[in-house]
Amino acid sequence: MVFQYPMITVQACLDGILLGILFALIAYGMALQWGVMNIINIAQGDLVILGGYIAYFMYLYGIHPAWGVIVSPIIMYFVGVGIYKLVINKVVDRDLFISILATFGISILFMQLMNFAFGADVVLANSGYGTTFLFDNAVVLPNSKIFSAFVSIVFAICLVIYMKKSKLGRAIRATAQNARAAKILGVDTEKVYAATFGLNAALCGVAGALISITFTIHPYMGLPYTIRSFMIVIVAGLGNLPGVAMSGMGLGVFEEFADYILGTEFRIGSVFLLLVLILVYRRFKLSRKREYLK
Amino acid sequence: MNKNVLLYAVIIIFGLAAPFVFPAFKVQLSILCVLIVLATTWNIQGGEMGYNTFGNILFYGLGMYLCASVQVGMFFPLAEWTESGGEKTFVHTPTQFFQGMAAGLVVAAVVPTIVAGLIGYAILGLRGHYFAICTLGLGVAAGEISGGIEIIGAGQGFTTPPFPNVGGLEARGEFFYFLSFGALVLTFMAVRAIYSTRFRLILNAIRDNEDKAEAMGIETMKYKIIGWMVSAFFCGLAGGIMGGLVGYIDSTDVAFDGREMGVFMVLMAILGGKGTLWGPVIGATVFHIFKEGFWTFFLGWQYVALGVLIVVIVIYFPEGIMGWLREKYPERFGEVVDEADRKAQVELK
Repeated sequence: MVFQYPMITVQACLDGILLGILFALIAYGMALQWGVMNIINIAQGDLVILGGYIAYFMYLYGIHPAWGVIVSPIIMYFVGVGIYKLVINKVVDRDLFISILATFGISILFMQLMNFAFGADVVLANSGYGTTFLFDNAVVLPNSKIFSAFVSIVFAICLVIYMKKSKLGRAIRATAQNARAAKILGVDTEKVYAATFGLNAALCGVAGALISITFTIHPYMGLPYTIRSFMIVIVAGLGNLPGVAMSGMGLGVFEEFADYILGTEFRIGSVFLLLVLILVYRRFKLSRKREYLK
Repeated sequence: MNKNVLLYAVIIIFGLAAPFVFPAFKVQLSILCVLIVLATTWNIQGGEMGYNTFGNILFYGLGMYLCASVQVGMFFPLAEWTESGGEKTFVHTPTQFFQGMAAGLVVAAVVPTIVAGLIGYAILGLRGHYFAICTLGLGVAAGEISGGIEIIGAGQGFTTPPFPNVGGLEARGEFFYFLSFGALVLTFMAVRAIYSTRFRLILNAIRDNEDKAEAMGIETMKYKIIGWMVSAFFCGLAGGIMGGLVGYIDSTDVAFDGREMGVFMVLMAILGGKGTLWGPVIGATVFHIFKEGFWTFFLGWQYVALGVLIVVIVIYFPEGIMGWLREKYPERFGEVVDEADRKAQVELK
């Protein structure tokens, strides 16, 4: 297919890269909290969807959904801090499985609450941005996808600068390196944790708003986003931002090709299978060095 | 020892009499038996071995599909059966039904065991949350993929053969109750036998410190795979029975239902107490009663309640009922307690 229909290949690659940038943004949030708090948040995808619904509601009330990119992270920041205060702070130092299970519970809760609040329909906030045609109309790119990729890159750059320059960013990085030492040196780790989780939720909010513009959202669509971001983080490693961006785009391209070759009904299944394959590959690679994933 | 025999005798008698004493709850009791089997098998993995899996749903769903497919495929073309959907063009005679069910259950138990053995070497090398997420991915992937396969009904589901009328008797409830109760007894006996051998100690050693266990000369990988195969065997069996009991198989809502059954088995084992023989049994019973209450009185809000329940159990009650009892009455568990030490601990609290 790759050589027979070159235009479809170009289309899939471009679609995949634009989609992958969005995935990378979500994965960056996950890497942040994983590195700092050592927690894997299964509810990550549901935070994304919730952020999407905020943008969708703005659209319903006649505000252009692109403003959701600003509003949604602000609301999601407080949602994230709220979740941290209620649940996460009780599982931070505990067994890892406890945190996975607790966030799984949050995920189910969010899924269902969103189902009640917004209904089980697949929705989309229409941005009215039109489309761009390339190569004699052979490749069709909605402008909203280009917009969302651009916004994600802007947000990622802002976050990187913020983490490097600001006081809170420094505290977060210090806590990620060694929470105990940071505490001794006067960093209020509890506040740092809350801020980290809030930042992660805010990133999810941005990504969700963009997804509601570009793709569709549905209350039960959260888990694949969690799995995707988890996969990107383990491929790239923690704290490796270019790696996160690259593997995000790689995943996006993979998904588009899986969509074309296997059919849409196997798209999510292929993502999950890829996760299993990557983990198994890493396990054999590491076992040759007699190390293991810890 | 005498007390134990008495306890088991009471439970067996209660189990045999239950469908006649509470005829309205036959289906619920059968589901309870299946849930106990699932919680017990999860406990081999998560409780004893320390490998917390979300993926046992894979074997459960596999068993469900296999049992139904064999039961249909032995006598009729499978593709036409799923094509015809709800309106039955083929009807099993009683002999065919029971033969098919028996063969189906054997296949449903054996094939997942083989699958577990095959993928076990690759997956059980992962540790901690990598293992948990990997198995979560496996379960969801299986659901998504089986939802795209035409011959087993794809998205529209697969109706299992209806229970035949043997001489005008309506014995469907009793049949499935005794089948699941039999599976429960079989599972419990097998697990109890396993737990009384060195195998349990090895599993516990893997849980407590795998590197040390390996350094002591235990082939941890071998035992991990065997442990997983044991739980896959009973999971597949439970799945096969559940498929017949529900009467309808859907890829993501019934068979590979990671959001419900996959979490339930973890939750039940944790609620009852991980790493104990009786914990999962108690946990499953309590959980099932709770769940049915929720499902009846908070219809529509059940998943909200489930989410809250998961968070609350995991955060405030991670030791489970057995763990709580053990802390409260350590003497009953054969632990010698120093009174002064205990008092000091109470004062510290």
